[in-house]
Amino acid sequence: MIDRRDFLKGCLACGVTAASIGVAGKNAFAAGSFEGYPDSMGVLVDLTRCVGCRSCEAACNDEQNLPDPDLPFDDKSVFKEQRRTTDKAYTVVNKYEVANKDTLFRKMQCNHCNEPACLTSCFVNAYTKTKEGAVIYNSKVCVGCRNCMIACPFNIPAYSYSSPTNPMVKKCIFCYETRVKNGRPPACVEICPQQVMTFGHRADLIKMGHDRITSNPAKYVDKLYGEKEVGGTSWMYLSSVDFDKVGLDNHMQNEPIISNVKDFLGTVPMVLSIWPALFTGIHLLATKNKGGHGDHDHEEGDEQ
Amino acid sequence: MRAVKRQMIMAVTGAMLMLVSSVCFGSGIPDEITINSIQKYYSGVNFNHAAHINNLKDCGLCHHHTTGAQVSDPNCARCHKNSGAQAVVSCKGCHSATPFTPEALKLQRDQQPPLYHKDQVGLKGAYHLGCVGCHEKMQGPTGCQDCHKRNESGDKIFHSGSYAPKTTDTPKSSHH
Repeated sequence: MIDRRDFLKGCLACGVTAASIGVAGKNAFAAGSFEGYPDSMGVLVDLTRCVGCRSCEAACNDEQNLPDPDLPFDDKSVFKEQRRTTDKAYTVVNKYEVANKDTLFRKMQCNHCNEPACLTSCFVNAYTKTKEGAVIYNSKVCVGCRNCMIACPFNIPAYSYSSPTNPMVKKCIFCYETRVKNGRPPACVEICPQQVMTFGHRADLIKMGHDRITSNPAKYVDKLYGEKEVGGTSWMYLSSVDFDKVGLDNHMQNEPIISNVKDFLGTVPMVLSIWPALFTGIHLLATKNKGGHGDHDHEEGDEQ
Repeated sequence: MRAVKRQMIMAVTGAMLMLVSSVCFGSGIPDEITINSIQKYYSGVNFNHAAHINNLKDCGLCHHHTTGAQVSDPNCARCHKNSGAQAVVSCKGCHSATPFTPEALKLQRDQQPPLYHKDQVGLKGAYHLGCVGCHEKMQGPTGCQDCHKRNESGDKIFHSGSYAPKTTDTPKSSHH
């Protein structure tokens, strides 16, 4: 008879085999291989330039026809607390007290990942990564499961609780429909007085970001945040201080979030097809050594 | 191609006109400049050029190498140490008011020579980065409305002034 330990060993062996077949078989889809569409647009955010005027929040509210804010957009009292994006505000500016260098502001919004975790976590396929780099969603198919909220490494998608009949997740869409699709910069980029944000081709922005660091090494930390993080993002950041100090996780993995579960998920179909056969086999083996079939039937009947 | 040619002719003519207006009048240096090229949400700025010249003395702080002033940035000095006064000195002569159009992005990508002037800020960025950066250092006014008053459409987009949210009850207590 197979004991429990042998059985588990067998399962493990099956799983490993399945995983290795899976990985070898689809090298083209291996983790981190997709580095974004070639003509993907992006935004380079230079945190050293932001003065916290909140113009971007006002422009976003106007462009996306979001509900009226609780406070005017020139009210600086909002900086008392750290805010996050909501269904009424796709972008928010937060203030960070930084040692030695008084204050920095950082605008937060969707970073439009090359391999978005929200997209891969969505089982109704509501999300799309467009060739321009925008991560957009179809609210008509959203069922409100909020998996994307959990999956997003930047805590961006927000949930609209206000409408019970049409539940939907809401987030920055890179002004895709009204602007980026037509080659225009997002509303926040256009209104920014300090040109904190530079809109352009992602490939050009990566060079530009590194050039800024090279030509001013005393001003910037030597890192372009978003170039490699979670497989690369369309929005990238330059900062004068460690990114941890302005609310960005400095130890974010370079592999896309999907890589964490891709190999495991590859084994699931294997398990689903192998386990029934395996258990049936075990059952047959286990019952074969027992007395007569009649007895077995009798036992089953007893149990019921 | 013809359209491009026409655009180029217009651009050159524009630059010439700007040159005539800003350089040839009087001593060639305007005492007051009205900055009104980007007044969507704010009124224009009546910029007291003369006072800034008197305070700073160094034209290069704002105009880089274009006025023929000695450049302090060693990177600029590599080419512009002795390049002298340029034909175009105004901010908008070089800094584009629309820096992110597909045409502007293409121009920037194909720029010759490809090494310098590549990461040039737009006109609005040039004004604010230049003005606010210096005003912070020299304790000048830094608030938005210290320099330009917000207009009606500005109040509307900022939900401020006459467009401010109605606060009959405190917003905190209404939030459960």
